[in-house]
Amino acid sequence: MKLTTFGLTSFVLFTKEYRSEIRTRYALNALLMFVVTTLSMILFSIARENVSPEVLAGVLWVIIFFSTMSGLARTFVSEEERGTVLTLQLIARPLTIYIGKLFFNFLLLASINVVTVALYLVLITNFSVQSYSIFALTLILGTLGLAAATTILAAIIAKAHSKGTLFPVICFPILLPLLITVIAATQKAVEGVPFEEASGLFRALIAYIIVIGAVSYILFDYIWKD
Amino acid sequence: MALKIFLGLWLSAVIVVAFVFPIVSHPARWYEFPVVPGLEDKARILFFHVPMSWTAVVAFIVSMAYAIKYLAKKKFDDDIISASSAGLGFMFCILATVTGSLWAKFNWGSFWNWDPRETSIFALLLIYGAYFALRSALDVEEKRATLSAVYSIIAGVTVPFFIFIMPRIVSSLHPDPIVNTRGKIDMNSTMLVVFLCSLAGFTALYLWMLRMRVRAERLDLNLQSKGE
Repeated sequence: MKLTTFGLTSFVLFTKEYRSEIRTRYALNALLMFVVTTLSMILFSIARENVSPEVLAGVLWVIIFFSTMSGLARTFVSEEERGTVLTLQLIARPLTIYIGKLFFNFLLLASINVVTVALYLVLITNFSVQSYSIFALTLILGTLGLAAATTILAAIIAKAHSKGTLFPVICFPILLPLLITVIAATQKAVEGVPFEEASGLFRALIAYIIVIGAVSYILFDYIWKD
Repeated sequence: MALKIFLGLWLSAVIVVAFVFPIVSHPARWYEFPVVPGLEDKARILFFHVPMSWTAVVAFIVSMAYAIKYLAKKKFDDDIISASSAGLGFMFCILATVTGSLWAKFNWGSFWNWDPRETSIFALLLIYGAYFALRSALDVEEKRATLSAVYSIIAGVTVPFFIFIMPRIVSSLHPDPIVNTRGKIDMNSTMLVVFLCSLAGFTALYLWMLRMRVRAERLDLNLQSKGE
């Protein structure tokens, strides 16, 4: 398969994901409500407390982690449920499916994260970001890493029982290095350190994304083929 | 049988020696250990905790290597070895966590304080736990073997992040974690010999247990296929 056909197939599969999501807005609506619910719970619990921005940086990623878990678990489960797996296996190469799903997941997660972060910045006054360049880069790389790791794990979980409960269990150890690094980077953004001081963390994040991307590229065939 | 008895005697000897040999400030006789500043008698954990962690890591690497071999050749035997090794690694990992935590209570003042070493062994425990949770959620044997092999490889590639990145974010109080040449603990030759004997003993214990488990699993598989 030529590179152009490869790209085109991936893009077609991406638009398929996009259209079926826009038709029902199932994931989007559920995720927005999830974020609103979680945020209001946090607001209730810290009503009159003076919580330090460093702690709030961690709480932000707790919200993002769990919204990812509830939103992206269905990536491949929906194909199994609708019985469209065989069709997909016939019409497209495994890797194009993976890339289509990955880009859709990234887009979904990015749009949810934009809303989450906007609400978080407005509603939680103690959380004041000093260095927006660090914060923005952390969010972009964090979203990319989350999407990359959860897409491949969602493909695994689609074949298992008790998918909903098991998904966070198998994701957490894999995401732990990413989460520790993004939380540290967000704390740096809150403290307002110079950009160079956070560059080590960004290098770590980029390395993580590349490593996860590479193993997904190699291993997706084994998961997808029955 | 002879192997079992030899291994039992070997490890008993290591345990007795590790507890009985005195720790003195200027070791003169062959059976004396040197004092490790700040650790004193607590340094004796070295003979148990380090081999346990070592074995846990070796078991993990063996499990991952056989997972890769399974994906390449699709032979069930490799999956059996991979899963058995992961099971033993989980056990050694728990032992290392418990001994390390006890030591931390007496040396650092609390059982658990999220030192980078503690975080990484915690992550290893979680990976093993998730691996077995995933295995139990898959019925079809072939699918279970393939998907758990894929999962253990994905988990395996994230482990270096804990080793190289975590210590940069938080500084560690842990004594030199790798078998050391110029580290914080200055071992004299007696200490080194006992330590290496313990390391060899624990590794042999792991290999022996792995062989037994693999044999049991194979017999189980044979029984199942005969019953059908």
